[in-house]
Amino acid sequence: MEMLLQALASLMTFESFITVLVGVSAGLLIGSMPGLTATMALAVLLPFTFSMEALQGLIALGAVYMGSIYGGAFTAILINTPGTPSSIATTFDGYPMARQGKAFEALTAATLASVVGGLVGVAFLLILAPPLARLAVAFGPAEMFWVAMLGLTLVASLSSGSLLKGMLGGCIGMLLSTIGVSPVGGETRFTFGFPPLQGGIELIVALIGLFVIPELLTMAAEGKGALPREGKFGKREASIRQVARTVFSKPVNLVRSCLIGQIIAIIPGAGGNVTSLVAYNEARRFSKDPKSFGKGNVEGIVASESSNNVMVAGSMIPLLTLGIPGAPPDAIILGVLLLHGLRPGLDLFTETGVLTNGFILSMGLAALMLLPVGLLGARLIHRIVIRTPYYFMVPCIAMVTILGTFSLRNSLLDVAIMLTLGCAGYFLRLIGIHAAPIVLGLILGGIAEQGYVQTMLAAVTDPIPWLRLLSNTLSKVLAAMVLLGVATALVPIWLQRSGRLDKASPDKRGEP
Amino acid sequence: MKLLTTTLVGAVSSFSLLGMVAMAQADYPDSSIDYVIPFDPGGESDVTARFQEPILEDILGVSVNVVHRPGGGGAVAWSEFQNSAEPDGYEIIGVNIPHIIGQPIQRSDAGFDTENWEIITFFHSTPNALIVPADSPFETLDDLVEYARENPETVTLGGSGTYSANHLDMLRLEQEADIELTYIPFTGTGPLPGALEGGHVTGVFNYTMLGVQMDDSVRVLAVASEERVPALPDVPTFQEEGYDIVGGAYRGVAAPAGTPDEIVETLADAFSEANERITDEQEPLGFVMEYITGDEIDEVIDMLAEAYGPILEAAE
Repeated sequence: MEMLLQALASLMTFESFITVLVGVSAGLLIGSMPGLTATMALAVLLPFTFSMEALQGLIALGAVYMGSIYGGAFTAILINTPGTPSSIATTFDGYPMARQGKAFEALTAATLASVVGGLVGVAFLLILAPPLARLAVAFGPAEMFWVAMLGLTLVASLSSGSLLKGMLGGCIGMLLSTIGVSPVGGETRFTFGFPPLQGGIELIVALIGLFVIPELLTMAAEGKGALPREGKFGKREASIRQVARTVFSKPVNLVRSCLIGQIIAIIPGAGGNVTSLVAYNEARRFSKDPKSFGKGNVEGIVASESSNNVMVAGSMIPLLTLGIPGAPPDAIILGVLLLHGLRPGLDLFTETGVLTNGFILSMGLAALMLLPVGLLGARLIHRIVIRTPYYFMVPCIAMVTILGTFSLRNSLLDVAIMLTLGCAGYFLRLIGIHAAPIVLGLILGGIAEQGYVQTMLAAVTDPIPWLRLLSNTLSKVLAAMVLLGVATALVPIWLQRSGRLDKASPDKRGEP
Repeated sequence: MKLLTTTLVGAVSSFSLLGMVAMAQADYPDSSIDYVIPFDPGGESDVTARFQEPILEDILGVSVNVVHRPGGGGAVAWSEFQNSAEPDGYEIIGVNIPHIIGQPIQRSDAGFDTENWEIITFFHSTPNALIVPADSPFETLDDLVEYARENPETVTLGGSGTYSANHLDMLRLEQEADIELTYIPFTGTGPLPGALEGGHVTGVFNYTMLGVQMDDSVRVLAVASEERVPALPDVPTFQEEGYDIVGGAYRGVAAPAGTPDEIVETLADAFSEANERITDEQEPLGFVMEYITGDEIDEVIDMLAEAYGPILEAAE
């Protein structure tokens, strides 16, 4: 407790406030640009933190991390493109809302949900780090296989209209995930004799291609900007209060999403890309009106944005206690800790506790800072987006996208892959196969493969090797959840077929 | 008079020519240098490059940009580098042994061939280490070997990658001790602490760095270095235990083939000076500083290629 107060005191300086403010704003900008990810934002910032004190450096990194994960929501809502992979689910309802002229409402809801998520994650980290860390290590290869399977059942809920097309999308994604050097075994596959493909299809590259390019092509084809200019914008003060009422009137959704975000955040390898999708799926499953999801339901945005911001502090739990980075940006923070001679483990909470707690609290401060920065930013960016004519916006976004893609790995090949996938994505969308299931397959295919192969390797002397997949309680529970997920997806279809329910009208344009 | 003029002109021009040559050498470097790391930020290569960056800038007097180009266990960046980097010393790339030896042997088209490079120096190594959880029944390397002899393939050892330093030296241990183990490759060092803590593997065959990092919760049974590692003074080497295994990951830096010797020397000196200055920070993390330059580079590569080659071929 004393340590916490000391940490708080060390944070209460003008310098720290400015660092957090600048960090959050910079993170927000970077996160909102397609191709510029949280990982990259941290990598770029890294050299600048060397000249800083350990605490200041960590504060800056934490603030940028928080800001960039939140920033992904801006492009998700305004141009139907997740700025970071963790805001994929925000596009589902955010963009339809924007098209209904409710962009500012959607952005405000995303901001409020992010602030809550950020604070909850920090609270979890402060209070529950050691016991939760133990939970993280319970997820071995077999459990990771089931987590990936569980994620794949999401395809069903992401494909309103046609389950078959959703599954087809998922399969395309899983096939893409097999390109390059295999995660276990190291063989090169499907490079077609082309060495640069050894690196595989980078998730972000696929994400940008499949989300941004089809949207740009549509905008160009339709010859108009995507967003209507009218809407609730203008009555800002009233609107924020109204939105707050809507967001907090469903506390169960908020709490559930935060819990899901936290649990998935501590599983190494699953990371933020999966959290928001799972939270979204559960929000929809438990909703009284699941059909309104994907058409502009605020609850969907709340689920996605609260859960992915929980992840920021939440994924620090295995990192700080065990040295296991829960998500890619955490690996950079691990590097910074090592640079400053700080080793993950108990020492961080005892010997250097003041520093560690200062870092944790600064993330709370960053979450609070999202409120003013985010609301101001929302007003500004929204205004820019609706006032910019499409013939100016399309090339601008295209340029940022190409630069962003190139800068990921300094690779022109990535740009080519992005554009190819983008054009393919445009045509796939015309026949009803959306980007989300494809990306989901790409994310989860690799995780599932790795978990399965590692489990089978370890079971080489067992009489029935695949029983290793169900060798403990956790894996059995996860397997049961997968079965349940498949059942809840298939039963309504079966009911529909047998005429007991009205056929849901497939959504023509919006995601999903 | 005429003779004098000619001589004078000749003298002046040859003098200035000499001066220009001297200047051309002294000129390097006169613009920023890209230092490509073929892995994600945050790993051992990146951490070290970050330590080196300000010191290199100080010595060379130009900015040094650390650029990441991950993919294919380094192969994406290496093949790209081989195809497009100019031999002018302004683009250098991190190289890792045994990756650059193993990948061309193991993959039909790795996209690169180390014979085409000018390796400047290897500046550090992280020796392999056999690590088990603190509550493991195996107190010593002998315990583990004994158990594995009676229960072939039941001892599972995690490690970073396939045909990596970790994997190859585990295969050497199998050969030396005449036992059968089961290797479980992970995508990097990142997931290994979790695998140890969660008891998902019997142990890991990884680097000394992890043993240092997880000091409180693991037991390091042996390290694959010639002498004991300063950061782990109580841990015996494999050689002390009777197994001739010395290996690990060597990290260094390379320039394209045809890079002038003076440039290579300038860079080698700068890296060696950087090593001196970061020793105090790197050694406690489990790194072993190396100063391998010039002809020694080929010796080390040949020595390791000889040690690993038969294992790689046998494993095919």
